[in-house]
Amino acid sequence: MSPNGATPLALRAVKDAAIWGAVALGLFVPLIALQAVQDIRGELRLETRWPLLVVLVALVVAGSLLNSLVITPWQERRARAAPRPDGSAGRFAAGLGRWFPPFAIGFVTVFPFLALWLVGFQGGLKWIDNFGIQILIYVMLGFGLNIVVGLAGLLDLGYVAFYAVGAYSYALLAKEFGLSFFTLLPLAGILAAFWGILLGFPVLRLRGDYLAIVTLAFGEIIRLVLINWVPVTNGYAGISGIPRPTFFGIPFNASDSGFAAVFGLEFSPIYRSVFLYYIILALALVTAFVTVRLRRLPIGRAWEALREDEIACRSLGIDTTTTKLTAFAIGAMFGGFAGSFFAARQGFISPESFTFMESATILAIVVLGGMGSQIGVAIAAVAMIGGTELLRELDALKAVFGREFDPTQYRMLLFGFAMVLIMIWKPRGLIATRDPSVFLKERKAVSGSLVKEGHG
Amino acid sequence: MAEPLLAVRGVETYYGSIKALKGVDLDVNEGEIVTLIGANGAGKSTLMMTICGNPRARAGRVVFDGRDITTLPTHEIARLRIAQSPEGRRIFARMTVLENLQMGLVAAGPEADPAELDRVLAFFPRLSERLAQRGGTLSGGEQQMLAIARALMSRPRLLLLDEPSLGLAPLIAQQIFDIVRELNRTRRLTVFLVEQNAYHALKLAHRAYVMVNGVITMTGSGRDLLERPEVQAAYLEGGRRETAATGS
Repeated sequence: MSPNGATPLALRAVKDAAIWGAVALGLFVPLIALQAVQDIRGELRLETRWPLLVVLVALVVAGSLLNSLVITPWQERRARAAPRPDGSAGRFAAGLGRWFPPFAIGFVTVFPFLALWLVGFQGGLKWIDNFGIQILIYVMLGFGLNIVVGLAGLLDLGYVAFYAVGAYSYALLAKEFGLSFFTLLPLAGILAAFWGILLGFPVLRLRGDYLAIVTLAFGEIIRLVLINWVPVTNGYAGISGIPRPTFFGIPFNASDSGFAAVFGLEFSPIYRSVFLYYIILALALVTAFVTVRLRRLPIGRAWEALREDEIACRSLGIDTTTTKLTAFAIGAMFGGFAGSFFAARQGFISPESFTFMESATILAIVVLGGMGSQIGVAIAAVAMIGGTELLRELDALKAVFGREFDPTQYRMLLFGFAMVLIMIWKPRGLIATRDPSVFLKERKAVSGSLVKEGHG
Repeated sequence: MAEPLLAVRGVETYYGSIKALKGVDLDVNEGEIVTLIGANGAGKSTLMMTICGNPRARAGRVVFDGRDITTLPTHEIARLRIAQSPEGRRIFARMTVLENLQMGLVAAGPEADPAELDRVLAFFPRLSERLAQRGGTLSGGEQQMLAIARALMSRPRLLLLDEPSLGLAPLIAQQIFDIVRELNRTRRLTVFLVEQNAYHALKLAHRAYVMVNGVITMTGSGRDLLERPEVQAAYLEGGRRETAATGS
């Protein structure tokens, strides 16, 4: 900034804003202002949307002005201010790490009752099902993929394959053999882990981009098998009528032996949702807990070391083959758990649910959260999945953009934009600090005789 | 002298169709510091990597303590207590110094002794001040010390050091060499050192080899090689001051 004050700054800001406005105008006239609409006779007519154009260009100009007049000077001032002591950011993250998990766990535990209490039975269902369960499924998937990508550093673009294996395992075994959800849950996990190992073997020597491509192909192979192996999977039509989990043998239905009748309650679908909510919550918490424990065991540390440097690992006597395979297997196992829960919750599955988009979403959650950070993954899942659901609620925007404006259609645009911003501001994810997994029991007493100046 | 701890016999290593090592013979006896010097691309690091089984020798044998380790996988070689401080240090940047050091215990398997930490840190007081710090935040010299300390955690019978002075200020490089000498003297640690910093490396070594284009061309005691005019011409040219100053 020049020393003689505000005028050049304001001038430059206006100039910048004008350029941005011109660029936006140039882009938006063909893209937004002119619209080809089919009329009743099927002919194309050109319609104009000048008000919308004005709104959008004004937004761009305002954004540019805000950036150059407020945000940039503020950042410069902050950068010029006394450099913060090294630890302050770390201390904040450490504080967050200490108080946040108990608080979050407490909140998600009482969440269904909170929702029912605040918005009643009708509205509560939406909050528990669309928000609670949906988000927790992705939290769990994020935790699972976090083991593979965040801890072991193996970029896996086909994680949805294990989700699919878990879902189809549960669906088929439950329908064919009538086994219960809680019997099949571990079985689905084991089957998914088996497929994880199967994927692991051919990709042992691959890293980075190459690994990503092969895992991507693996995810597609599983999906194509599900589509084409019609006698078993019923192809595109999917599997319907998948048995729902029961409350220790009591089904959640309107019959006389159903949950509501047995407990003398009025029938409502909400009980099943609350029950499912607590199942997936328990699963997600188990995943988080197991990951935390694993990180402190030799295998967990070997994963992290593998992420850092594979050659160093080998020269330190770590068997990278088993290390990678266990990472794939355990990550896949949690994906399988989530998959079988998904099948049990939906009652219907088809290959549509296991597209690459799902893998990408889960990976985005892990990367956005900060690879390896459990809290970060949970926050990112809430933002990504909760944000999507929230867009459905934004009916108020229709007043601005017209009746046929559907905010969910802009979902990908908004998320792409949000992700670019986050990656600019926090390139290592929301929670980038990594907690050490070992601590000194006591502050090591460094005897003075060892700490000689210029020695060691 | 008894059978050497490490014997390299007629080892040939290829990168694709390029023959990098053309029949190398080399001995490292117990309790010795043996240095291998040579120019860039002579095959020094390749020999060290071949000892570790990555890449494997296509011909010849590598024998450690009477056992043929030529075809063993790298991690199993490491578990025989052949510790390596690899070229470029390769510390775990995001892990703390303490975690880095603990990874070094893996090679010792069930015999891992956590108390080794204190004994190792006694040689590297600088590291004991930095235990909670992330490896990537250390200076180059400290990272090199960490790489060596990590390798020492498994109480190795043989320490392989690949260019420990690379990219370090002469004073720091000197400190590293001093520590290696100290380790050898007090713990009878056997060291096989690969270096371009010929002057310091030869001064440190009991015995030394010179490698040119994948072949050992000269061998002798460190002091002996230092005196030889061919060595002085090829590796110490310009006097020792410059060699020490460039640090590479």
